[in-house]
Amino acid sequence: MTKLSLFLGCIIPNRYPGIEKATKLCLGKLGIDCTDLKGASCCPAPGVFRSFDKATWLALASRNIVLSEELGRDVLTVCNGCYGSLADANHELKEDAALKESTNSHLEKIGKEFKGAAEVRHIVEFLYDELGPEKLKEMVVKPLKLRVALHYGCHLVKPSNERNLGSVERPHFFDELVEAIGAKSVDYPDKMACCGAGGGVRSGLHDTAIEMVNHKLSRIQDADVDCIVDACPFCHLQFDGGQVEIKEKLGIDYSIPVLHYSQLLGLALGFSPEEVGIDLNLVRNSEFLEKLRELTEE
Amino acid sequence: MDEPDVLNRLKDAGLDVLTCMQCGVCSGSCPSGRYTSLNTRRIVRKAQVNTDMLHDKELWMCATCYNCQERCPRGIRIVDAIFTIRTIAVHEGIMLSEHRKVSHLLLKHGHAVPINDETRQKREKLGMEPLPETVHKYPQALKDVQKLLRSCGFDKLVAEK
Ligand code: SF4
Ligand code: SF4
Repeated sequence: MTKLSLFLGCIIPNRYPGIEKATKLCLGKLGIDCTDLKGASCCPAPGVFRSFDKATWLALASRNIVLSEELGRDVLTVCNGCYGSLADANHELKEDAALKESTNSHLEKIGKEFKGAAEVRHIVEFLYDELGPEKLKEMVVKPLKLRVALHYGCHLVKPSNERNLGSVERPHFFDELVEAIGAKSVDYPDKMACCGAGGGVRSGLHDTAIEMVNHKLSRIQDADVDCIVDACPFCHLQFDGGQVEIKEKLGIDYSIPVLHYSQLLGLALGFSPEEVGIDLNLVRNSEFLEKLRELTEE
Repeated sequence: MDEPDVLNRLKDAGLDVLTCMQCGVCSGSCPSGRYTSLNTRRIVRKAQVNTDMLHDKELWMCATCYNCQERCPRGIRIVDAIFTIRTIAVHEGIMLSEHRKVSHLLLKHGHAVPINDETRQKREKLGMEPLPETVHKYPQALKDVQKLLRSCGFDKLVAEK
């Protein structure tokens, strides 16, 4: 199987380390060869830096990719933003010789060169493609009978010409991975809608971002689920941190627990809620933690 | 100073907005437009007729969800066009103050969201090292990132004007 290096980005190691821990535990348990990508930086964040200056975006993204090329490994991302930024940059640099040359003229100053030898993967599509739901199902030791509101997040599947992951309006691969661990992926209106964090909206126009996530949360609440599952720490921050802000500003208390897929998978592979950092979320929901304990201790 | 020629800059980037037929599928698909004054069709229109739009705050309301780009019947790469127009604006010194702040975080730490004490504690609670295996832990790597950013002129681009 493909050898990987783990690209952390910013939000996972610096806000939601539970996702980092869960990812490493899962990869180890699944026997996937993945090392740290030492010295990596911000991907850089596509909504902001990519739109500020293309040369800067490509230079920083390519440095991260080159670090993995030097290890002879593909890049594994655990975040839709990092995935989009690195995969798009990798693609553009491989396709466009002039762009590659101008980017390498910057990289040269730090003794690096982009060769185009690595692929950029996202943990969800990687697990789906390389392992598949059936194999994953066999490895589950604690089937999790949970009702889950799944949030793909925009950049996992779009732009579709770059991703090739099937339908962007009604994709199903991620649902299959969730169902493989025994959970029910509940359909709900606006399931494919954006959480509102991307494009620099959360960082630049915070109130707009909160309105967008509030809409999505209200739909999820109506679907009566145990938790939200996402594939991206930025969506995760938007759902988890967003609920705290909505409670303060609008007085609406959703208290819906938010899990990254790595964390959900970690539970199903036998790790405890604390080991995968679910208790470190901003949203506190003791009922849910109790339920998880029952499910994982049985 | 001359107004930057948005239409031609889009063309240079391989983005053709002139085929837009103003059908409104893009704005109808826009989640941000439900809550803000962002009207995607109007952005494309403005680019077509090359009116000044660099100060439009709507440019920054796009969450880059790609709905519009996926659904446009004319196959216009709308998000790429918005990225390009934003780039022109930023190079004219027009950017949100919060985005300038995030840029300075990147310049200083190599991370747009650097570590804080709360997360260090969370990491330790999880039995992890307080600093991740990123530029945070490797000073030479951070220097390389800063050198790259300077080489691209990013420090000057985002400096307070
Ligand atoms: S969907 Fe495409 S063709 Fe229709 S208005 Fe928008 S940009 Fe123009
Ligand atoms: S990509 Fe931006 S403009 Fe297009 S639909 Fe999404 S939020 Fe609206």
